[in-house]
Amino acid sequence: MSRITPSSFDAESVRSQFPVLNRELKQGRPVFLDSAASAQKPSAVIAKEREVEEQYFANAYRGRYSFGARIDEELEASRKKIASFIGAASGSQIAFTAGTTLGLNQVAFGWGRSRLQPGDEVVITPMEHHANFVPWQQLVRETGATLKMLPLTADGRLDVTAFDDVITRRTKIVAVCTMSNVLGTVNPVSDLARRAHHVGAILVADGAQSVPHSPTDVLSDDVDFLVFSGHKIYGPTGVGVIYGRADRLEEIEPIVFGGHMISRVTMDDSEWADTPARLEAGTLPIVQAIALGTAIDWVNQTGLESIHAHEQSLLAEATRRLMEIPGMRIYGPSPQYKGAIIAFRVENLHPEDLAAMLDRRGVFTRHGHHCTMPLHELLGVTATTRASFAAYNTMEDVDKLVHAIQFAREKLRLV
Amino acid sequence: MAGQVSLVQIRIMSIDELLEEFEDLLDWEEQCDFLIDLGFELPKFSADLKNEENIVKGCQSLVWLVAEPEVSDGVTVVCIRADSDSMIVRGLIAVLLAAYSEKTPQQILDLDIEALFQRMGLNQHLSSTRRNGLHGMVRRIRSIAASNCT
Repeated sequence: MSRITPSSFDAESVRSQFPVLNRELKQGRPVFLDSAASAQKPSAVIAKEREVEEQYFANAYRGRYSFGARIDEELEASRKKIASFIGAASGSQIAFTAGTTLGLNQVAFGWGRSRLQPGDEVVITPMEHHANFVPWQQLVRETGATLKMLPLTADGRLDVTAFDDVITRRTKIVAVCTMSNVLGTVNPVSDLARRAHHVGAILVADGAQSVPHSPTDVLSDDVDFLVFSGHKIYGPTGVGVIYGRADRLEEIEPIVFGGHMISRVTMDDSEWADTPARLEAGTLPIVQAIALGTAIDWVNQTGLESIHAHEQSLLAEATRRLMEIPGMRIYGPSPQYKGAIIAFRVENLHPEDLAAMLDRRGVFTRHGHHCTMPLHELLGVTATTRASFAAYNTMEDVDKLVHAIQFAREKLRLV
Repeated sequence: MAGQVSLVQIRIMSIDELLEEFEDLLDWEEQCDFLIDLGFELPKFSADLKNEENIVKGCQSLVWLVAEPEVSDGVTVVCIRADSDSMIVRGLIAVLLAAYSEKTPQQILDLDIEALFQRMGLNQHLSSTRRNGLHGMVRRIRSIAASNCT
């Protein structure tokens, strides 16, 4: 655990590096509480995108001219930064993809399609984002395998006592989010990986929510695949990452075919390029993939441990303050078991009405099912309002959220 | 009948009166409050009307809508009632009722509702899910009108 106290982290100085958060709206500076959907970008990332576009843009891995060479160099540097950020040994274990959704589809179909048979099982959890739910649902339908769920405890954690019953010799794949995008629950990935490996299965981690907010170590967690997105870690949209253990990454068959991913094409057949190129068909999101490296530099310079400690202190304070509001119900475990996401409902206040009223106070939250319809079915509600925190949020943001909810309660005549 | 909404209650305001008040308001803040006020005034559905059949698809909020033809003075008009679990949506329902209720099927089909939404700035201020929901209600009303057109 980090010993850094919130006061040693200067959230105002962090915030000042995000131009969009320093706009003056009618209600003052925006209170941005939707980073779990997409984080804002610091000036450094925006500047890097601009630098690439203005100074040396070219297609990647093709041109024998100086711009092309510079692009290749920048892309490889970005791969290395990403690898070292998540504890991977080599940049060649990092494949660029469009985002977590495409990455998980590539893993599910590229690895699972040729390996799953009727009788085999894929184990996921009810708290998965649709991106880590629907591909497996489709894959088992196609292969005749079965989809199984790890059960949740009443407070929205995985029930560890059920691991051995659910993950069995029939299990071929365990796919789980490292952190829930609704409940905030942080899952015991290394325990799950150990159990999966014990029965001869692989562990696929959807890291979209945790990678930006707490340290990741793919080696000590021993995950086979980890997938995450650029835009949730202060980077650009349109780029994501598939990390694979070296031997596992070789086992993925391409599911997207075309330029760059081949070594030889004849009239009758094609041969694939080396990994990771064979998983990167077509033109990469070049500018975005390079700027993702800059986003990771930014997180490293700011300090991921300090960011984590700061966000957890915001989470604890926000939870405490929200629970004082009459009719408040927070979904998910207590702050010690989760990251800085709070999904909630206020009695007699429709989540979309609430989000609309918060917007009137310049407080930006998300409402709806957050791409987790099975989870919401389990929770017995169709929608929740979600506040999610990132490095640039401040205690003042927490205060404004609480006041905005009070405003909504007054306007909707609950006070 | 208990919970039955009388037509007298629905005839709160004509669409012209409603627009006049709405446009006198300073900004979206006040207009949103006005919609909420309309929402509070809208009669609630009884539990039996909140059934699967009356649910309007495409709304993130739950919306129940009943539209029935009724003959009044030898003319067929469409009587519309609706309810939602969202107060802002209830306000929007009140706008639709002011625009559509007690109109003949042909009048309903001829009404340019999009122009009304435009005039009220709703497209600008509502989320895309709300806009879809609003259009879902309009589609339901228009299809009932179309099937009662002579």
